[in-house]
Amino acid sequence: MTMRLDAKIPDGPIHEKWDKARFDLKLINPANKRKFEVIVVGTGLAGGSAAAALAELGYNVKVFCIQDSPRRAHSIAAQGGINAAKNYPNDGDSVRRLFYDTIKGGDFRAREANVYRLAQVSNAIIDHCVAQGVPFARDYGGTLDNRSFGGAQVSRTFYARGQTGQQLLLGAYASLMRQVGQGRVKVFPRREMMELVIVDGAARGVVVRDLVTGKIESHAGHAVLLATGGYGNTFFLSTNANSCNVGAAWTAYKKGAAFANPCFTQIHPTCIPVSGEHQSKLTLMSESLRNDGRVWVPRKAGDKRSPDRIPEEDRDYYLERIYPSFGNLVPRDVASRAAKRMIDEGKGVGKTGLAVYLDFADSIQRQGEPVIKEKYGNLFDMYHHLTDENPYRVPMRIYPAVHYAMGGLWVDYNLMTTIPGLFCLGEANFSDHGGNRLGASALMQGLGDGYFIIPYTLGGYLGSQKLAKVDPGHPAFAPAEAGARSRVARLLSIKGKRTPASFHKELGKVMWDKCGMSRNAKGLGEALERIPQIREEFWKNVSVTGSGDLFNQTLERAHRVADYLEFAELLVRDALERKESCGGHFREESQTPDNEAKRDDANFCHVAAWEHAGEGKTPVRHVEPLKFENVHLAQRNYA
Amino acid sequence: MKVTLKVWRQKGPDQPGRFEAYDAEVPSTDMSFLELMDTVNEGLIAKGSDAIAFDHDCREGICGMCSQVIDGQPHGPDQGAATCQLHMRKFKDGDVVTVEPFRAKAFPVIKDLVVDRSALDRVVSCGGFISINTGAAVDGNAVPVPKVDAEAAMDAAACIGCGACVAACPNAAAMLFVGAKVSHLALLPQGGPERARRVLGMRQAMDAEGFGHCTNEAECEAVCPKEIKVSNIARLNREFIKALVCSKE
Ligand SMILES: Cc1cc2nc3c(=O)[nH]c(=O)nc-3n(C[C@H](O)[C@H](O)[C@H](O)COP(=O)(O)OP(=O)(O)OC[C@H]3O[C@@H](n4cnc5c(N)ncnc54)[C@H](O)[C@@H]3O)c2cc1C
Ligand code: FES
Repeated sequence: MTMRLDAKIPDGPIHEKWDKARFDLKLINPANKRKFEVIVVGTGLAGGSAAAALAELGYNVKVFCIQDSPRRAHSIAAQGGINAAKNYPNDGDSVRRLFYDTIKGGDFRAREANVYRLAQVSNAIIDHCVAQGVPFARDYGGTLDNRSFGGAQVSRTFYARGQTGQQLLLGAYASLMRQVGQGRVKVFPRREMMELVIVDGAARGVVVRDLVTGKIESHAGHAVLLATGGYGNTFFLSTNANSCNVGAAWTAYKKGAAFANPCFTQIHPTCIPVSGEHQSKLTLMSESLRNDGRVWVPRKAGDKRSPDRIPEEDRDYYLERIYPSFGNLVPRDVASRAAKRMIDEGKGVGKTGLAVYLDFADSIQRQGEPVIKEKYGNLFDMYHHLTDENPYRVPMRIYPAVHYAMGGLWVDYNLMTTIPGLFCLGEANFSDHGGNRLGASALMQGLGDGYFIIPYTLGGYLGSQKLAKVDPGHPAFAPAEAGARSRVARLLSIKGKRTPASFHKELGKVMWDKCGMSRNAKGLGEALERIPQIREEFWKNVSVTGSGDLFNQTLERAHRVADYLEFAELLVRDALERKESCGGHFREESQTPDNEAKRDDANFCHVAAWEHAGEGKTPVRHVEPLKFENVHLAQRNYA
Repeated sequence: MKVTLKVWRQKGPDQPGRFEAYDAEVPSTDMSFLELMDTVNEGLIAKGSDAIAFDHDCREGICGMCSQVIDGQPHGPDQGAATCQLHMRKFKDGDVVTVEPFRAKAFPVIKDLVVDRSALDRVVSCGGFISINTGAAVDGNAVPVPKVDAEAAMDAAACIGCGACVAACPNAAAMLFVGAKVSHLALLPQGGPERARRVLGMRQAMDAEGFGHCTNEAECEAVCPKEIKVSNIARLNREFIKALVCSKE
C-alpha cells in the first residue's frame, strides 16, 4: 500500500511552530475568497465555528446538518465547561501547563505540536465567545469565574452553569446565522451526507439525502470539511445524542481517508446508571460535579443499607484513598476503571448493584444549598427528572458510560485528511486527545479547530492549488448519487423480520462486553467473529418500513446501523492490535501490579492509521510514530 | 401497567391527518415517554407498518428537538421539562394519552408529529447575534459584567428554541422566544451597540414569518421547558418601543 502519513509538522521550537506555519501558508486575497465554495458538513462547535469564521473571511459556505436547525447539533449537550490557559486565578497555569496536562492526560498518545497549538489558541477562544455574548459564570467583581476539571491541579475551566456547550454552540450558531443573513452561508438542515465525491484525487463535493423529501442531492465545492462528531453510538448506549453517527467519516474512509486510533473511546465515570432494557440512551452527569461531589461505595461488599444508614467509618471514598493528590478529580479513564473495580468487588450500590455514589452532603453543608444550586442547578434537576430522586437529599448514583471518541479520521497538522481537500475538525478527527480526553477539552478543540486553525490552513490549501471548475454535473457525481440511491433501495427491499434498533442493540452489547472498559485478546477475537455474523443477518433480515421518498426515521436508523456494523469491526481490530494499555484503552494483558494501565512505549508509541483495502479485505494498519521532544514520557501517576 | 396512545398520524404536509390508537405495555415506570414511543414503533416496524415519526435527539432536555403536545400540553404534564424528560411514572394504568404535533401557522407539519420550525432560524438571522468577527475580540476580562446581569442573561439564554411557547400560545406568537434572545443580549454590555437594530430586525422577521401577536396569555411561560419568564416579553416590548422612539436606524 502506498499511503503516506506526512503530519506536516512545521520545524522549529514548539512554541514557534504555529507562527511559522501561519507565515508559510499561502494567503488568498480578500476579493478572491468569494470565488471559493466551501462545503462544511456538521454544525456543532467545530462545523458551526468553521462555517462562521470562513464566511466572515469572505468564502461562500454551504453547511449541512442532520437536525432541523444548526443549533441542535450534539455539542449543545456539553455541560461542564471549556478549558483555556488564561491563568486568571493566578494559580500557576500557562500555555505550557495546559499543553503538558493534555499530553499527559492523553497518556502520551497525541501529537505534541497539535496539542501545543491548541493550548496557544485556547485563550482567544474565550475572548471571542465572551464577545459573542456567551454568558459565562462571573464573580462579584464582574470577572470570569473558573472551576476545576479532572487531570489538572489548576482551575482553568470556564463555564455557563451546567450548559456550557449550549451557550458556546448558541454563540457559534448566532455568528453563523449572521452570515446567513448576509448571504454568505447557506444552511441545509435535515440533510445526511451519504457519499464523498472526489475529482482528480481531491475532495470536491458531497452527495446528501434530504431527510424530508428523500431526494438525493449533489453539492460541489473547492474543499470539504467534515465536522460530523464522534462515533460513541457504535456501542448503542452512550451519552451521545441519538443522531450521532459514524457515516460521514466512514464514507470518507472508504474513499481513502485513513482512520486513526478507532479503539480510543472514552468511558465517562459519571453517568446515570442504566435502569432497564428499554433504555435508549445514557445521561451524563458532568465531571464538574466532581469539584464538589465525593465518590464512595460501602467498605464491605454486599452492604445493602440505604446510603444515609451507612456511617462514615463504613464508607470507602476510594478515589481520595487511592489517588490522594488528585482525589475525586483524577482523569476519566482512571475514575471509570476504579468504579469498575469496586463494582467487580461486589461493592456496587442501588437496585442493580451497577453504580457508585456521588455525594454532595459535605459540600451542601459547607457551602449551602443555594451555592450548589447556582453551580449545578440544571444538572441536579436533570438527575431529579430522570431518577425521581432528589440529589440535594440523597447521593447520586452514577456508573461509567461510553461518552467520547478520541479516535477519528487521521489529519495532518493542517487538519487535512489523507485525501487532499478533505479536512476534518472537532470530535470527528483524532488529533489532540491521544488515548484519553481531559474534561472540558473537546469544546476547546472543536472551537480551536473551527475559529482559529482552519481559517488559516484552508486558505493555505486553496491558495496553493489549481482546482478546475467542478459542478454537480461533473461525471464524478453520478456514480456517487447512484451509490446513495442503491443503498436506500437495498435497505428498503430486504423486508425482513427484525428492526434496525434490535441489530444496533445486539452490536452494542458485543461492543460493551468485549471491547468496553476492559479488553483482552480472547474477547476481542470473539467480537471479531461475532460482528460480521450480525452484519450478515442485518443485510438479510432487517425490516425497514415506510418509503424512500418521504421522511423516514426507520430508514435513517438502518443506514446508520449498517455503518456501525462495519466500523465496529475496525474498532475492535484496532483494539486487538494495540497490545498495550493506554488511556481509555485498557488491555488486561498490560497492567501494573496495582491494576493501572501499563503503556508499552517501545512498541506502541504511535498513531495507528487504518487504510481501507476494499470491501471484504482486511484493512491495512499504518503507523505515525510519535516523538516527544518537549515532555518526558512517563508512566502517569495521579496518586 | 398499560396505556393507550392516541397519536396524530399524517403522511405529509398536504395530507389530511387523523388520530390512531395504540395500546402499549409499560414494562417499567422508569422508562421515558419517548422510550415508550420507541417500543410502539418497534412493534409497528416488526409488523411491517410505518413507524410514528417524531423529532428527538439529545433526550436530555437540551437540544430542543423533541416537540410533542401530550394531552393538550406542549411537552406534556411535567413542569419545566421537555417531552424527552417526561417519564412514565407520571401516568397511571389505563390512561389514554393523546399525542399531537406542535401546531402553529409558522410550523407546518412534515409528517406525523414532526414539524418545520425553520422560521425560528430565519428570525435569528435577522438580528439574534452580536456582530463580532473572529479574531477581533478584546480580552475576556476587559469588560466586567456584574454577576447579577450575567446570571439574568444566562436565565434568558437558556432557551432551547423548541417552539413550545409558540405551540402553547392561542395566537401562535413567538414573543417568548424572541424576548429571550433580545433579553439575553440586551442584558450584556457586548450586546449594547446593536440593541435597537436587533429588536427591530427580529420583530419584523417574526411578523413576516406569520407568528401572531401577544395578548398576554402567558401560556408560553407555563409550558417552557426551561421556565423562561414572561418578563422577557416585557423587556422585548420596552426595547422595541425604545428602538422605535430613539433609534437612529
Ligand atoms: C453529554 C455530553 C457532555 C459533554 N460535556 C463536555 C464538556 O463539558 N466539555 C467538553 O469539552 N466536552 C464535552 N463533551 C464533548 C463535546 O460536547 C463534543 O465532543 C463536541 O461538542 C463535539 O463537537 P463537534 O462539533 O465535533 O460535533 P457535534 O456537535 O457532534 O456535531 C456534529 C454535527 O455533524 C452533523 N452530522 C453528523 N453526521 C452527519 C452526516 N452524515 N451528514 C450531515 N451532517 C452530519 C450533525 O448534524 C451535527 O451538526 C460532552 C459530550 C457529551 C455527550
Ligand atoms: S430530545 Fe433534545 S430536548 Fe428533547
